[in-house]
Amino acid sequence: MSELRTHAAEIVEQFSDHLDLDVEEVESRLDNLVNEYRVPVEEARRSVVNSYLDEADLEREELGGGESRAVALADIDEDEQWIDVTAKVVELWEPRNEAIAQVGLLGDESGRTKFVAFETSDLPDLDEGAVYELKNVVTDEYEGNFSVKLNRTTTITELDEDVEVGDDSVEVEGALVDIQSGSGLIKRCPEEGCTRVLQNGRCSEHGEVDGEFDLRIKGVLDDGQDVHEVIFDRESTEELTGLALEEAKDMAMDALDTTVVAEEMRADTLGRYYRVSGPQLGRYVLVDEFERQDGPVDAEAALIKARSI
Amino acid sequence: MSQAVPSREVARRVFAREFNDASYTFKESDDERAPVYLLLPTGERANRVFLVGTLTEKEDVGEDNEYWRGRIVDPTGTFFVYAGQYQPEAASALRDLEPPAYVAIVGKPRTYETDDGGVNVSVRPESITTVDAATRDRWVIETATRTLERIEAFDDEANEYARMVDEQYDLDVASYREAAVSALQSLDETDELEAEA
Repeated sequence: MSELRTHAAEIVEQFSDHLDLDVEEVESRLDNLVNEYRVPVEEARRSVVNSYLDEADLEREELGGGESRAVALADIDEDEQWIDVTAKVVELWEPRNEAIAQVGLLGDESGRTKFVAFETSDLPDLDEGAVYELKNVVTDEYEGNFSVKLNRTTTITELDEDVEVGDDSVEVEGALVDIQSGSGLIKRCPEEGCTRVLQNGRCSEHGEVDGEFDLRIKGVLDDGQDVHEVIFDRESTEELTGLALEEAKDMAMDALDTTVVAEEMRADTLGRYYRVSGPQLGRYVLVDEFERQDGPVDAEAALIKARSI
Repeated sequence: MSQAVPSREVARRVFAREFNDASYTFKESDDERAPVYLLLPTGERANRVFLVGTLTEKEDVGEDNEYWRGRIVDPTGTFFVYAGQYQPEAASALRDLEPPAYVAIVGKPRTYETDDGGVNVSVRPESITTVDAATRDRWVIETATRTLERIEAFDDEANEYARMVDEQYDLDVASYREAAVSALQSLDETDELEAEA
């Protein structure tokens, strides 16, 4: 089917409850706009739909969806798309801004995506753990991360079913070639729900605070072709380095310097090969599991490759 | 996906034999701070390298300040590594290390012209850590694999760095395949020796 014919068929379907349209006729109207008058396809479609809306005396909102716009969360890959999602509210977070009514994480079988609902949209609240069909949400992109925004036209239907939230974890491997600043023994903001890492004793949100010690490693795995930034939380950092939080605090106390902890961690881990897995969040893979690759190696596969070229 | 965040330079895997044959450096933009790349003879640009080998010698060659030179040996040759006051962590690692030792080094390629007009290439380390024999063996296989991949892609017309090699160097690319093969065979031999012992 040609592209225009597909659009025509979708328009016929959209109006099926209201008008008895003919695909050929719709296609020729689209064709006229696109090929005669050089109107972009999307605009042509909009214009044709508008004329049929007038004919049927309908508002755009009353129009049936026609084509399914249901999208799996992991498949969202474009900004400003109007889509429908069926998902479970995995987590609700504390909104940091008065304009935001709710913010949190939606999950479906394919993965997880952040959502935001604004006060001005005046929508009913979503409950954590419940499953909803959300029609007419808009996708949004920030630094390569996609989220969905609920809006005034979004319809929310609670479904009486459960959704198995997918594991969107990725696996990466390579040599640990860098441990970045902000690693080792760090202090986090103690304010309820904040946990930001302090810079010189200051939280970017709450100013000077009495921080709480924590361990983490922001590392770089590099396999000679790609680089992956990974974050080890306290638990995985302790396992990786064999250095527990209490020991790290003692070390820093003795040296009157917290940077000795990261130095020790560098000496113990840089240049070694690791395989890690965990969810990808923006630039970072958050390490759930890792494995040091220190077993015996096999040169045979590489030799076979060498002989083949 | 967005490429808005400037991406970190990959640490290339290259054997000493190929690394020391390289001499041509270039930038890809006029920006003063743009990364400098060393052109590898198998047709790749390298702004950073990762290498694992045996530190066989170290020497403080500085006059007023400490300036450490280390020789790192892999199955094909020797990398020269220099660390001074601007690489305090790497310099102190070299000061403390007792050769021979397996070390892993992340660093930047540096070239300098010799008195007789030749070009020497060395590594300015970002980090030096001691590692074990298993890590070194893994690096040899990985480096052989990456080298072979570059050689395989060399004749591709669209391979811009390979075409740059055609212009800048007069080297036999096939010799790097031989070096990779003998590096791999050297691992096999040590395996057999261990099995016999």
